[in-house]
Amino acid sequence: MNRLLHRILPALLVYGLLMLGTMLALAPLLWMLAASLMPPGEATGYPPRFWPSTVTFEHYAALFTRLDLGRYLLNSTLLAGAVTAISLFVNSMAGYAFAKFRFRYRDRLFRILLAAMVIPAQVAMLPLFLLLKQFSLINTYWGVIIPGMANIFGIFLIRQYLLAIPDSLLDAARMDGAGEFRIYWALVLPLCRPILVTLAIFTFMGAWNDFMWPLIVLTDSSMYTLPVALANLLGEHVQDTELMMAGSVLTVLPVLLLFVALQKYYIAGIMLGGMKG
Amino acid sequence: MTGQERHAARSAKVFLAPALLLIAVFFFLPVLAALLLSFTDFDIYALGDLDRLRFVGLRNYLDLLQSPLFWTALGNTFYFVVVGGPLSVTVSLGAALLVNAPLTRFPGFFRAALFLPVVTTLVAVAVVWRYLYHPHYGLLNYGLGLLGIDPIDWLGNPVWAMPAIILMAVWKNFGFNMIIFIAGLQNIPPQLYEAARIDGANGWRQFRHITLPLLGPTFLFVALMTMIGYFQVFAEPYVMTQGGPTNRTLSVVLLMYEEGFRWWNMGYASAAAFVLFVLILAGTALQLRLQRREPP
Repeated sequence: MNRLLHRILPALLVYGLLMLGTMLALAPLLWMLAASLMPPGEATGYPPRFWPSTVTFEHYAALFTRLDLGRYLLNSTLLAGAVTAISLFVNSMAGYAFAKFRFRYRDRLFRILLAAMVIPAQVAMLPLFLLLKQFSLINTYWGVIIPGMANIFGIFLIRQYLLAIPDSLLDAARMDGAGEFRIYWALVLPLCRPILVTLAIFTFMGAWNDFMWPLIVLTDSSMYTLPVALANLLGEHVQDTELMMAGSVLTVLPVLLLFVALQKYYIAGIMLGGMKG
Repeated sequence: MTGQERHAARSAKVFLAPALLLIAVFFFLPVLAALLLSFTDFDIYALGDLDRLRFVGLRNYLDLLQSPLFWTALGNTFYFVVVGGPLSVTVSLGAALLVNAPLTRFPGFFRAALFLPVVTTLVAVAVVWRYLYHPHYGLLNYGLGLLGIDPIDWLGNPVWAMPAIILMAVWKNFGFNMIIFIAGLQNIPPQLYEAARIDGANGWRQFRHITLPLLGPTFLFVALMTMIGYFQVFAEPYVMTQGGPTNRTLSVVLLMYEEGFRWWNMGYASAAAFVLFVLILAGTALQLRLQRREPP
């Protein structure tokens, strides 16, 4: 009896809750996948089905042939890829400067940047739109990329990582007569590899999942990213449940696979950001 | 300054220049411009011809304060922050405690499974949840029906629409804070629990007197970040309800988007954005003060 109370009951409770939580977390995603493979009309039957009676890929085919989803997939990949590559370069240089150089106002400047993280991005959006309009960048890829090219959180993450690396390594390279850019490129960047991978995943996912800014900047439907295209598709095809689910799967799947493949780096990054923040 | 220090300062400037220039031009400058814009009557006519722009002082702010729609949006946003924020943090902490419990095997599996909603695209899962919430064939009402509960028109009913959006947001977000809580829990030295067990403290008292106090800084960070994020709610109502029914899910950012980018009342929309910013600042200050006064 005592053993039951102290060992088995808590275990039942913990596992019961964990199973329930896992089920609730995954159920919407599993239903999305199942419904995307159902014949038209089956996802809106009653009682609801959890499994397709026959598996069909016709909705995926329709997305790529009739609804031009390949184009949006390309837009999303291109934009998220460009933002990631450029911001990684820009942020790592700045993070390196804050971590490894002494200069006037360094700490004050860094504190100002950190404090600015509480300013919601939406405050800047209206003037940013007008600014980009002046340069005819509305409805262009650059209009989406430019605001993401430098990122305070990215600079912060790189700086924190580099603080832990001893200066002696860099000094030795300087003694050997290596130029500053060469030191950054050939020594600092390889040292930062783990945090760069982490930051790359964060940035890519953030850019891929971003909705509000692409919605504002991209006015022509051929320029849409997947989330914008999906929200737009909902307007015309709200009745086509299975088709909408296939579109959702295609939007979610690339980032989900990226996470599953690089989970370790992603979770380490949250912990680093969370602990030191 | 020695030659070497001067050299270092010069290199630092070169490395910093791209990032600082970009942040200055595409973030700080627009934020300042938004403040100026909020004191003008910038509208669709000014968009075509800047000569039509006039300085109107505080009129946009006064108009906002007299607009019932703005107060509705403000009330809805507070509802989302005040109910959704604490709910999300509580669920995150609960999940972290379960995953981190000593008797849980395969914590890596549970952690990843519970985290999965975080990495999904908000717009896509908002679309999915729209169907889950469907009054006739949605899974949620089917499940409730099995428990003998009558169907609810989740997104169409003014009372239930906001709770439905909160539930979806918590499902989407709780995993992120769960990871931060797990990191915080793992930083607590296990000897403390051992000592407490020897002293005869039960599970609840260990949680109350060891876990919670030592989790304090993590808690503050999580609560702040969640609050700031929840104040900016936009895509959930945009996709799931368009702010309806009868504006019961219209958020401040959604209002700002509609006013600014649909009707081009950019002066008015900037004022709304600044009110939101001030609220976020006030909320941050309040939380910092509360947590400093009484350690949890």
